[in-house]
Amino acid sequence: MPATLAKSASLFLVLVVALMGMAQAADTGFAVHMAIVALAALTAALWVMKGATLTGSADPDESRYDDDPVRWGVIATTFWGVVGLLAGLYIALQLAWPALNLGLEYTSFGRLRPLHTSAVIFAFGGNALICTSFFVVQRTCRARLAFPSMARFVFWGYQLFIVLAATGYVMGITEGREYAEPEWYVDLWLTIVWVAYLLVFGGTIIKRREPHIYVANWFYLGFIITVAMLHIVNNLSLPVSWAGSKSYSAFAGVQDALTQWWYGHNAVGFFLTAGFLAMMYYFVPKQAERPVYSYRLSIIHFWSLIFLYIWAGPHHLHYTALPDWAQSLGMVFSVMLWMPSWGGMINGLMTLNGAWEKIRTDPIIRMMVLALAFYGMSTFEGPMMSIKSVNSLSHYTDWTIGHVHSGALGWNGMITFACMYYLAPRLWNRQRLYSLRLINWHFWLATAGIVFYTASMWVAGLTQGLMWREYGADGYLVNSFAETIAAIHPMFILRAFGGLLYLSGALIFAWNIAMTIAGRLRVEAPMTEPPYNPAADRPLPAPARPVGALQPAE
Amino acid sequence: MATSPDQPKPGFSHRTIERNVTLLGLLALITVSIGGIVEIAPLFWVDSTIEKVEGVRPYTPLELAGRNIYIREGCYVCHSQMVRPFKDEVERYGHYSLAAESMYDHPFQWGSKRTGPDLARVGGRYSDEWHREHLKDPRSVVPESIMPGYAFLAEKPLKAGDMRAHLQAMRGVGVPYSDADIAKANDDLTLQATADADASDLQARFPKSQARDFDGNPAMVSEMDALIAYLQMLGTLVDFKAAEAQEQPK
Repeated sequence: MPATLAKSASLFLVLVVALMGMAQAADTGFAVHMAIVALAALTAALWVMKGATLTGSADPDESRYDDDPVRWGVIATTFWGVVGLLAGLYIALQLAWPALNLGLEYTSFGRLRPLHTSAVIFAFGGNALICTSFFVVQRTCRARLAFPSMARFVFWGYQLFIVLAATGYVMGITEGREYAEPEWYVDLWLTIVWVAYLLVFGGTIIKRREPHIYVANWFYLGFIITVAMLHIVNNLSLPVSWAGSKSYSAFAGVQDALTQWWYGHNAVGFFLTAGFLAMMYYFVPKQAERPVYSYRLSIIHFWSLIFLYIWAGPHHLHYTALPDWAQSLGMVFSVMLWMPSWGGMINGLMTLNGAWEKIRTDPIIRMMVLALAFYGMSTFEGPMMSIKSVNSLSHYTDWTIGHVHSGALGWNGMITFACMYYLAPRLWNRQRLYSLRLINWHFWLATAGIVFYTASMWVAGLTQGLMWREYGADGYLVNSFAETIAAIHPMFILRAFGGLLYLSGALIFAWNIAMTIAGRLRVEAPMTEPPYNPAADRPLPAPARPVGALQPAE
Repeated sequence: MATSPDQPKPGFSHRTIERNVTLLGLLALITVSIGGIVEIAPLFWVDSTIEKVEGVRPYTPLELAGRNIYIREGCYVCHSQMVRPFKDEVERYGHYSLAAESMYDHPFQWGSKRTGPDLARVGGRYSDEWHREHLKDPRSVVPESIMPGYAFLAEKPLKAGDMRAHLQAMRGVGVPYSDADIAKANDDLTLQATADADASDLQARFPKSQARDFDGNPAMVSEMDALIAYLQMLGTLVDFKAAEAQEQPK
């Protein structure tokens, strides 16, 4: 009871502070955000007082895993995935047909693009990371989740962060640095949520019944700690008013640029790589029913990956006003990073040793293998693009966009889908997924979508990069900037088509997950067994013997 | 020789780390701290990143308000403000960018993608009228353009809030605004967007600042005024003929 009292009291405090912020707000956006916070606090307070399960049962059953936040996470991942991909398709169409900006401030590309990137990275990817980490840490530690109410706070607090960030972008509230766009108060909120996340995750490891911390948990822990460090340092800023959304970054110019790309590249390195490798290290061996290929490789590639990644940020700033030595360091470490990246890919793929036939029979394994293959391809392409002479051509062009999407759609998307397919029947206690055959549809739509996307962006990037630097025999630049835009217009249409295919696959995924949760089973021929035909399962009748025909052993 | 991870070995073994979450977390934190410290910390001391270049000054209140609109609309997702030292870029956009030119940029807006052209030196290249038409309907002046239209900027009065608070916050993060700059911030904002105003005091404190009715609508100070004022000053502060001697040898 005292716990419930304390919780509802603190929620009412949040409510009062939010209402005060709303009344004092310096701008409309801040007022809207404070209204959202107030509404969230009120809902949570009512729920707590109703004695509902928001706080977990009074006496948790330590003999069972605590999977409620994981179940919510699977639903949130599916929902935000579709939202993020839909936003991506819309802005891709805007680039092909600018009339789709509609002339409204709320629907212009500049505001929707951060909405797309944050929705897919932080909402889809982030929810996948949080929910799989809660699932994996319990299983590999053989212990129930520590701090159950805090785990619920992490889930709902993170959703509030997503809603504040997304509505902020549409209203034009942004710090103006890629992938770190949310303003100061949203950053502060995420910091609180993230510390709670670290406590729940670390607390469960401390509770563990296994002597060793499993390798997936090293990666999750590395991801949580590093993202905390990056988030706090990169978002240091001074608000103009404590009741307004605007703030000014603590750093300026060249220092701000490198801090931002130190953050930005390691959002890729830790959020989208270390965290997703953690998912790989649990779900690939489970689905393949084989142990991880090499324990020693996992040690080497874990420490070298997290050490080298941090140095790679300056390759986003080649040939800028950043000092040359920093650019070169960034390039050298990016090239070295190729090895530990492939260490992870090899450890994942080789886990299938002795189970390779599952690629034919198990569509979830096939999806995991595709994810690892794309991980390998994009972690080769990345180091190549970080070489300064390559970068001088590729930078500022759509090649970068193609590279990012081969990693995001191929690696992060596919491994997430595979893990959700693994989780859904287990979490809702179903015999199997609604449909395994629909995974096949999803697989091929997604694969074709990625091929259209990356190939069109390679062509667009190379075309534009080469046109920008093209000189005629007279010694003058050949192309105006506008001509290079017209040249890549067909590629923008093809890219949107690729995005449409990928989104269609994701919609099939969402349908499959929803039907699985609803407890439905699609009537379909099984994937894994060869067809049985009773009519063919009998001895051949003795053939009518033609006169004069040769007989065996005659 | 196969050793099980459960068998303790003499000397150090990784199993010590993977049995202690505090140790694991601490070592991971140390490992990920090194690269950032080595690469970022020197930028606050080395000459090439903190040297001052003649002509670079903080933004006027109107330019700052315009810059905040530039950030709000996400212009940085399609436009870079960083000319690289290549022949084609220098011929297309102008002198390559110097570190000092963005020393008062909180945050920096170098960008990472050129869906549209670089804007580091767009100031003075086009007339105010061209910018107005282009922002309202980009395809009316550049048929191939895929930029969104921003006609609403001309209709929205500039509500930048109390510019004194903005300048104060910028001073808090290290921009050398004087007390006079801060005290006069709100007046400066209106004055710079007014045609035929006496801008001598403003220009004394902010050299090379341009004061006129940028949006062609004398009835109000609009968001269009602020954005065009910002675009028209981009890259105009440094006189490269005079600054050549200060540049780093490349």
